[in-house]
Amino acid sequence: MQQLADRLIDTGFLQGLPRGLGYVIVVALFAFLMLNFIMLVAGVTSWLERRVWARIQSRIGPNRVGPQGSIQWLADGIKNIMKEDIVPSAADAPLFRFAPYLAMMGFFGAFAVVPFGDGLIVADINIGVLYVSAVTALVVVGILMAGWSSNNKWALLGGIRSAAQIISYEIPAALAVLTVVLFTGTLSMQGIIRAQGWAPWNWFLFHNPFTFVAFFLFFVSALAEGNRTPFDLPEAESELVAGAFTEYSGLRSLLFFLVEWGNLYLIGAICTTLFLGGWQVPAFTDSGLVLGLAQVLTFFLKAYFLVFVAMWVRGTLPRVRVDQLMTLCWKYLVPIAFVNMILAAFFAAILPNGSIFVKAGMCVFGLGLAVHFFQRVLFHLRRAKPELHLSPIV
Amino acid sequence: MIYAALFYAIALFTVAGAFGVAFSENVVYSAFSLMATLLGAAGLYVFLGADFLAAVQLLVYVGGILVLTLFAIMLTHQISDVEVSNRAVGRWPALGLVGFVGIAMATALVRAPWKVSGEVVAKAAGEGTTYGIGDAFLGPFLLPFELASIVLLTALVGAIVLSRKEIRD
Repeated sequence: MQQLADRLIDTGFLQGLPRGLGYVIVVALFAFLMLNFIMLVAGVTSWLERRVWARIQSRIGPNRVGPQGSIQWLADGIKNIMKEDIVPSAADAPLFRFAPYLAMMGFFGAFAVVPFGDGLIVADINIGVLYVSAVTALVVVGILMAGWSSNNKWALLGGIRSAAQIISYEIPAALAVLTVVLFTGTLSMQGIIRAQGWAPWNWFLFHNPFTFVAFFLFFVSALAEGNRTPFDLPEAESELVAGAFTEYSGLRSLLFFLVEWGNLYLIGAICTTLFLGGWQVPAFTDSGLVLGLAQVLTFFLKAYFLVFVAMWVRGTLPRVRVDQLMTLCWKYLVPIAFVNMILAAFFAAILPNGSIFVKAGMCVFGLGLAVHFFQRVLFHLRRAKPELHLSPIV
Repeated sequence: MIYAALFYAIALFTVAGAFGVAFSENVVYSAFSLMATLLGAAGLYVFLGADFLAAVQLLVYVGGILVLTLFAIMLTHQISDVEVSNRAVGRWPALGLVGFVGIAMATALVRAPWKVSGEVVAKAAGEGTTYGIGDAFLGPFLLPFELASIVLLTALVGAIVLSRKEIRD
């Protein structure tokens, strides 16, 4: 980004401006573009989620606004903007008003290091992955603030649950990230992607058994950190009305939902970067533009596949109880993550560059798991004889 | 010029947060002001070229300690009107003590052989500080690092011993 800023200042639109001011303008411009882009992503994800969910629950889902309801999210956004912004009289008004922005800041900041393509990243900083974990910490403070300032017991319970959950699950998530970092030697997002290849056997998912385990650890922990079902205790509709967001209405409530859906995409993007080879595509053409587009497309497909899996999980699994949530984290995920990381360190010491046999073996193993999974699905389909509606268009 | 303005803005933010922590009537406001201070400190680390430290500051202090503080405040019954059972010696000895510490710190600040920030930042921006910190922890500073780990472990064990229910058979 600095090169682009330098070029703009030297020869482009910002010619003649002092360098510092030019940087500030370029940064503001990037932030503006990114914010709009993320709103689009979050909106489209919300529509996708409602559609996928509807199919899982044998409903139709939104299909009226635009072709197949594809601009339903835009209508919802406009509706929410026009709604009255209610601040309860018993609430702590300044904190109540500020909380959604804090949550928004935390998740929006993380997008600064999401690598959409080779060179297509806002800031490729040295500590990319660490920065993501650090800056998303603001989201939990935002949710806590929302829960406390609403002056409502459901909201407070939701906020406290969220805090307990997020700081617990940050540990296995960070340890899983560390397992990958052992093999890359860098925390930079682009560096991690460059350490992988386009082919599945060059992904960190199949690099060795320990990164394979780390992928699942990270995905589960990330779902818990993003307050997704089966870990959506902070807003558990059937227990806490709407948890930390009970008292919010209009645009402020919308902001929290945008954080949730944007976070879902972020989880997919980070998993893709760490384990699924990011934007890596084979160099099939000389044209930089085509290659760049292919990279962005690859990244989005991989990320949205994981988003789809998260929706699928949400549609099929019931919510866990609070004690089960803590048991899962502290008695299972944390010890597994520690042992996994230590074993990975041994592996990295013995075979620093990995071994093609291990990679191939892990690929075959992964393929076997997938085949077994589909066999089970087909078996149950044959047994239950449900009425299948395979066309996505309703 | 812009950098100086940014620096002063962040410094002001940090100090304002610190004032909020010390002077707000409501203890929850104090905790949220603490977040401003911690964020500001992370910003100052960025200005020093300490990117790793800035991220860890956010991760540990905002993501961990601040959340735990808020957690403790929200779970404590009637925290706003506590009865201080441990009466302080008084305001004047406190002022004397704080003044003494303040003078000592100011002397240290003035006398310290500061490195020129430009060199440090340029060196840090080149390769990042992560490698350096890792090498220092497992090389020259191994003993302090391990001692700190033992202190933290002791604190953890102590917390568990204090909070667990005694099981008698």
